Amino acid sequence: MNPIARSKDFLSQTGQISRFAGHLFSLGAKPPYEIKEFLAQCFFIGYRSLPLVGLTGFIMGLVLTMQLRPSLVYYGVQSRLPVMVGVAIVREIGPVITALIFAGKIGSSIGAELGSMKVTEQIDAMEVSGTNPYKYLVATRVVAGTLMLPVLTMLADVISLFGAYIGVNISAVTSFKLFFLQILHTIEFGDVLPAFIKTFFFGFAVSMVGCYKGYNSSRGTRGVGNSANTAVVLSSVLIFVIDLLAVQVTSILGLN
Amino acid sequence: MEHQQAAKIGEERGEAMIVIDSLCKSFGDNHVLKNFSLTLHSQENLVVLGRSGSGKSVLIKCIIGLLQPDSGEIIVFGNNVVQLSHHELDMLRTQVGFLFQSNALYDSMTVRENLEFPMRRHWFEISQREVDDMVMEALDNVNLGHTAEMMPAELSGGMAKRIALARTMILRPKIILYDEPTTGLDPITAREIESLMLKLHDKYKTSSIIISHDMNCVKTTADRVALLLDGRCYTDGSFEELEKSDDEHVKQFFE
Repeated sequence: MNPIARSKDFLSQTGQISRFAGHLFSLGAKPPYEIKEFLAQCFFIGYRSLPLVGLTGFIMGLVLTMQLRPSLVYYGVQSRLPVMVGVAIVREIGPVITALIFAGKIGSSIGAELGSMKVTEQIDAMEVSGTNPYKYLVATRVVAGTLMLPVLTMLADVISLFGAYIGVNISAVTSFKLFFLQILHTIEFGDVLPAFIKTFFFGFAVSMVGCYKGYNSSRGTRGVGNSANTAVVLSSVLIFVIDLLAVQVTSILGLN
Repeated sequence: MEHQQAAKIGEERGEAMIVIDSLCKSFGDNHVLKNFSLTLHSQENLVVLGRSGSGKSVLIKCIIGLLQPDSGEIIVFGNNVVQLSHHELDMLRTQVGFLFQSNALYDSMTVRENLEFPMRRHWFEISQREVDDMVMEALDNVNLGHTAEMMPAELSGGMAKRIALARTMILRPKIILYDEPTTGLDPITAREIESLMLKLHDKYKTSSIIISHDMNCVKTTADRVALLLDGRCYTDGSFEELEKSDDEHVKQFFE
């Protein structure tokens, strides 16, 4: 494909995704609401992701602390280790790594599930039975994903800080109270709020891209595989793009 | 011409449930339907016969609003499907059942949940007891009362087709569109599906459009057969009339 055709294709895809996302506000906002399916998706997306997010969060905090310690010892500022790890986890690493794990687990799962429903005509069956498949399948998953990722990120942050505490205590002895008091005294509202807000955008992007790719899956098993794959790749890229924009916005607003 | 004759015959038979007039549908350069016209009358079983890829499934997907035609009119119960809003189309779809060739059962739900799904979406006032009664009646209609708690993956091809038929009937539609109901089934199961279709037709007084190229199915179920050829309704008539036809195109299907 030549560069002009690629650019056209990219712009066309961007337009289609925007229109698809726009339906959430035009169709999804109108009653009747699919409350039961929404709660089922919250359970699946939120509760079922907790073990994976918790484990990766714990390892992330532990490894980050162990990797940072030698450098801080070299400069004689190892006492600042809890503060440094705490700020890094709360502001950046916690939200981004959790969102990437979320994209791998939930983005691919939504893409494959809806893709499979598309190729086996289950979405068409829903439509001909007078049910709006966008409201039932897409709106519920996108809203659940948007609300569950911030909750998962908060939990991942806490578990990650606990991992960091273990990491600190591998080479030195610090009390649990002192460790967390140091972190809480340093972290400000301006550290927590932007990081928390951007996780809503991460959650929206991951679940919306997963739904779009699955809903527009081409025929056949390869189409389903491609939907799951491109959902993860595209949402991972979007997470970094949103993160970059969030940093710029918080900088302009003076929250840095 | 044939369409006008059919409409005349239809006037004698009963009210028109679906009137398709000058329907055109293309996919790129592939002109699938070209000025296709047809009328389905009350309580009539109309089989649309045609070669693979001739646009039979496209036709019924246009009727139910899954595909948007390029031009022409599809009048169902006096409403032009092409001009209906999303909500109006959803309401119309509760009166028109659609049996998919692939059955399209929701594979993450049990048989019971599959059957309950359309009811839960439309009949908000219905009690759990009434839902249970209707599900069991639908399952008994297809002689599969024992499968309520099974998953679709546990069903054989014939059972899945019968469950799909039960789900299609659960909202008591006045019109049913069958997309190749016996394709991929062994002859014995295919005959069972045909007799079920006739039984449900008699019980609920439905009107049907049946897409098929299984001549046994056509012979058993059709009150009238329409031949779809080159995107148009080439001819229509009873199975016996078409079977005796001297037209080369018609003969191909009955030899």
